Amino acid sequence: MSVTIYVPNDSTAIGLGANTTAQAITRIAAERGIAIRLIRNGSRGLFWLEPFVEVVTTEGRIAYGPVEAHDVPGLFEAQFLQGGAHRLRLGTPESIPYLAQQERLTFSRVGVIDPLSISDYEAHGGGRGLRAALQAKPEELVEEISKSGLRGRGGAAFPAGIKWKTVLNARAEQKYIVCNADEGDSGTFSDRMILEGDPFVLIEGMVLAGLAVGATEGYLYLRSEYPHALGILLTAIRNAENAGYLGSNLLGSGKQFHLHVRRGAGAYICGEETAMLESLEGKRGMVRPKPPLPALAGLWGKPTVINNVMTLAAVPLILDKGGAYYAGYGAGKSRGTLPFQLAGNIKRGGLVEKAFGVTLRQMLYDFGGGSASGRPIRAVQVGGPLGAYLPESKFDTALDYEAFAAAGGMVGHGGIVAFDDTVDMARMARYAMEFCAIESCGKCTPCRIGSTRGVEVIDRVVQGQQRTENLALLRDLCDTLSNASLCAMGGLTPSPVLSALTHFPEDFQRPPIPAPGGRASRTIRRH
Amino acid sequence: MDSRPQTKTSPAAHGTQDTLGTIDAVIAANRSLAGALLPMLHGIQDLLGYVPSTAVPRLANALNLSQAEVHGVLSFYHDFRTVPPGRHILRLCRAEACQAMGCDALETHLQQQHGLSFHETAQDRSITLEPVYCLGNCACAPSLLVNGEVRGRVTQEKLDRWIQELRTTAGGNS
Repeated sequence: MSVTIYVPNDSTAIGLGANTTAQAITRIAAERGIAIRLIRNGSRGLFWLEPFVEVVTTEGRIAYGPVEAHDVPGLFEAQFLQGGAHRLRLGTPESIPYLAQQERLTFSRVGVIDPLSISDYEAHGGGRGLRAALQAKPEELVEEISKSGLRGRGGAAFPAGIKWKTVLNARAEQKYIVCNADEGDSGTFSDRMILEGDPFVLIEGMVLAGLAVGATEGYLYLRSEYPHALGILLTAIRNAENAGYLGSNLLGSGKQFHLHVRRGAGAYICGEETAMLESLEGKRGMVRPKPPLPALAGLWGKPTVINNVMTLAAVPLILDKGGAYYAGYGAGKSRGTLPFQLAGNIKRGGLVEKAFGVTLRQMLYDFGGGSASGRPIRAVQVGGPLGAYLPESKFDTALDYEAFAAAGGMVGHGGIVAFDDTVDMARMARYAMEFCAIESCGKCTPCRIGSTRGVEVIDRVVQGQQRTENLALLRDLCDTLSNASLCAMGGLTPSPVLSALTHFPEDFQRPPIPAPGGRASRTIRRH
Repeated sequence: MDSRPQTKTSPAAHGTQDTLGTIDAVIAANRSLAGALLPMLHGIQDLLGYVPSTAVPRLANALNLSQAEVHGVLSFYHDFRTVPPGRHILRLCRAEACQAMGCDALETHLQQQHGLSFHETAQDRSITLEPVYCLGNCACAPSLLVNGEVRGRVTQEKLDRWIQELRTTAGGNS
């Protein structure tokens, strides 16, 4: 009988050598005449242990990691196919504290199953939501989502039930489901991990959204920076079509849902929902004014549900186990779980799915193990490039939408980026403005011009020119951006800038750095 | 669709019959799609490595758009190139998580040790360096995309080795 071995086919794992590890295992097994079944799974999300190899033994799955290609001969010597002792042996994955202390609902199958096998998906609870939903009325499905308390996981945290109800009640001959897979926030990778590790859960979530609101067409907008995820997703869609999860006759019910994929083209602003609609329509990714709401006049002017990958991927479980089950997790008005992502200067970076309410400190130290450099963590940016930088005094804030907002932060898409004490916060503030200047769609003046002026003002501060006046000007500029921008790009760019200024003022009072050649050290280039 | 777009023809083929044939084939293959302009631009760049100016009137004609509208879309998105890239493409992540792990030093190193600056192609046309804002590899920063493949925990030593290899190899992906 052949031995089953799992080696992740996740981008990060591959970036750390998973493909060469897999090749070494296949080659040496062949040389030794050992029959193996190699499955390329998603990642468990314990990235400091990747490539994370699992072997199915009589005692269950046994993990080894990090396994590089040169470790493979030694593992065969140590009888790892029978779970033999080795310095890289980690035991059963579920017993590793990092994983054992999580509450994996959306990520329950990621790293466990073969991401492209429908039968594996169904053997681990997949498809039950769809089977139940095909027997239910649309109103009942929307009601269950409302009951779950699910809020948009892309950042804005808008209640999904209300959005769905608006689209359900809109009258139109065609409605659309749009999945926002333009995961552009630095420090986030949960969407990518679902796309690579359990794409069927997202496909099922989109089909369920379609059944709930009466939409038969879905568009998935995937950022071009994820070419590996695209390949897996396209194969998964083919497999889903063959299995009746997509197409004109969903699981023999006569109901239909068709899914199309579109590639983004490197524009961060296309993660903003109306810019995404423009991009899907083949135009420049320019933000649309609201109203009209996309729920009433979205893609090609039709009623459209736009949800993030994480929002849609939570749906199959909710419609399988009920809204109350999902709402049983969480804190305050933040119900359910959020797959947090630990990134940047962190010792144990990875995916941590926890119910809302866990503190930032627990994330950074209990899970993350402190900084990768071993130096003190000085600043943490939560919620992507538009999120605030938080100092150590805020680390005990609970990660739920309201509590975090009260502390001046934003949970956003759950990305947590740690910086050690070598960080220069004036530089990070400048980068926030520079990023806005590079990525602004240009529709509104505060964002388009204010961001460039922001870079210049911060440069003058750093160069020691009239610091008091220029810092006052910077705050004034941030006020304009916050209040007069059309969308969150310009509206929230002040958040990293002002938090750096408020919590780390000393970084703006360092000895002046003269400008090279009397000019700003670096001009902004869009291309 | 291949998960990693391949550049199959020489980028120097600008304006030749081959290039025009490729452009027309991509247009024909995507014509029935809703919102077809982006898929067409991607299709052309996947095959040619960039979008030649000769594609603009053909796209405009096929989609009943003005050339200005096509140019507007082409120039809006960071991904699309209007000049041929080098044989290999490096995309270094500049986003926050990579900054927390020293990507700025890598940028300086590429400039000072290898003469590679963002948005530029090496004189021997071996390598084009582009910035990218997040590759979703943020737990293993700093990150780099080498011909479409993610590499994590990049160091100056690793960069030196890879660049040495790339300078001496043909081929090329976008």
